[in-house]
Amino acid sequence: MAVWEVFRQEREGAPFQHGGSLEAPDLAFAEAYAKEFYGRRAESLALWVVPRDSVLEIDEPYVAPVFDRDYRRVDGYSIKVKLKEARERAGTPAH
Amino acid sequence: MAPRTEQEFKKHVQAGGQVETNDWMPDEYRAKLIKFIEMHGNSELMGVLPEREWILRAPTLQRKLALTAKVQDEVGHAQLIYRVVEDLGKPREQSLEDLIAGKSKFHNVFHYPTKTWGDVGVIAWLVDAAAIISQKALLKCSYAPYARIMKKICWEESFHILHGRDVVLALVTGTEEQRELVQEALDRWWAPLMMFHGNPIPAEDDPMVEWRIKSQANEDARQQFLDGYVPQIWELGLTEPDPELRKDEQTGVWHYTEPDYTELKHVVTGHGPRTAERLELRRISREETAWVRDVVLADAA
Ligand SMILES: [Fe+2]
Ligand SMILES: [Fe+2]
Repeated sequence: MAVWEVFRQEREGAPFQHGGSLEAPDLAFAEAYAKEFYGRRAESLALWVVPRDSVLEIDEPYVAPVFDRDYRRVDGYSIKVKLKEARERAGTPAH
Repeated sequence: MAPRTEQEFKKHVQAGGQVETNDWMPDEYRAKLIKFIEMHGNSELMGVLPEREWILRAPTLQRKLALTAKVQDEVGHAQLIYRVVEDLGKPREQSLEDLIAGKSKFHNVFHYPTKTWGDVGVIAWLVDAAAIISQKALLKCSYAPYARIMKKICWEESFHILHGRDVVLALVTGTEEQRELVQEALDRWWAPLMMFHGNPIPAEDDPMVEWRIKSQANEDARQQFLDGYVPQIWELGLTEPDPELRKDEQTGVWHYTEPDYTELKHVVTGHGPRTAERLELRRISREETAWVRDVVLADAA
């Protein structure tokens, strides 16, 4: 028996999200079980059924410590303070 | 930083942190998870047997289909839950063997007989209502894979409650005899329902709460059940067989006759009125279907 991971899509255009896993001896059974578990009330628009062995799980997906890469993050930019100063210098009103 | 010691781990889960399958976890936590989740899986699987007895006797085709669908849902819940147990280290086959051998438990309510169609309505309405209260609280379980499947399970349980309530409503709006059927079923199921959420151990003393496997004290679950469903029962002109049952309007707390927790213990340790018979049915059906598993597995190999 193999373990298969099931990903479900709820709406058109929505991301596929992990729904759970199931046990099946082969692809045909995996398909049948996935439909029974995740589709019998039409709660899923589409399913991805993937053998667990084929999923590469990466626990620490950081390429470098985050602290010296703040230009990659939203909080690495202090627009508000600088914008205020810029407006003051230009004499334009805040809105 | 991921927790590396038992102390750090407890701090993590008590602060609302969650744990994934491959994360480090203390042995005691893993053992408690397996036992708790396995009992849940067993209950889903054994819970279909009292209802299954009525599939052939359901009064209409519509009811027959609805009951069959409920049974299918519950077996599906068992499958999902045993998968979670399996990832924690206990194979499904082992869980099924332990269940049949009486080495593991299932919920008290599934050890009792289903005498009439009235019982079927009361079970789907009120037993599932009691169960959904526990299951909704498990959405916050510290073990994330278990919490995640609870979303789907709770969603399906809501159909069961509707189905049960609909059966009950049909009976109470029927003949006097049909109404009696529901009242008698409620009289039979009230005591098991009151025991369902377990003895009123305070949350601080409950090791399951300490590990945040559970987030709700037993008594809180029972109070929530009474608050939600007693008014719905009264509204239909039905009564519970407990003269002490009333809500203190000042404190909002329900008072009731202390359930017989020795009976609860006796029943869940394998001595309920239908325990032996239902486990025997599981054993036979497992034996009779063994050839299917053998053929399929040989084919796949
Ligand atoms: Fe269920
Ligand atoms: Fe249910």
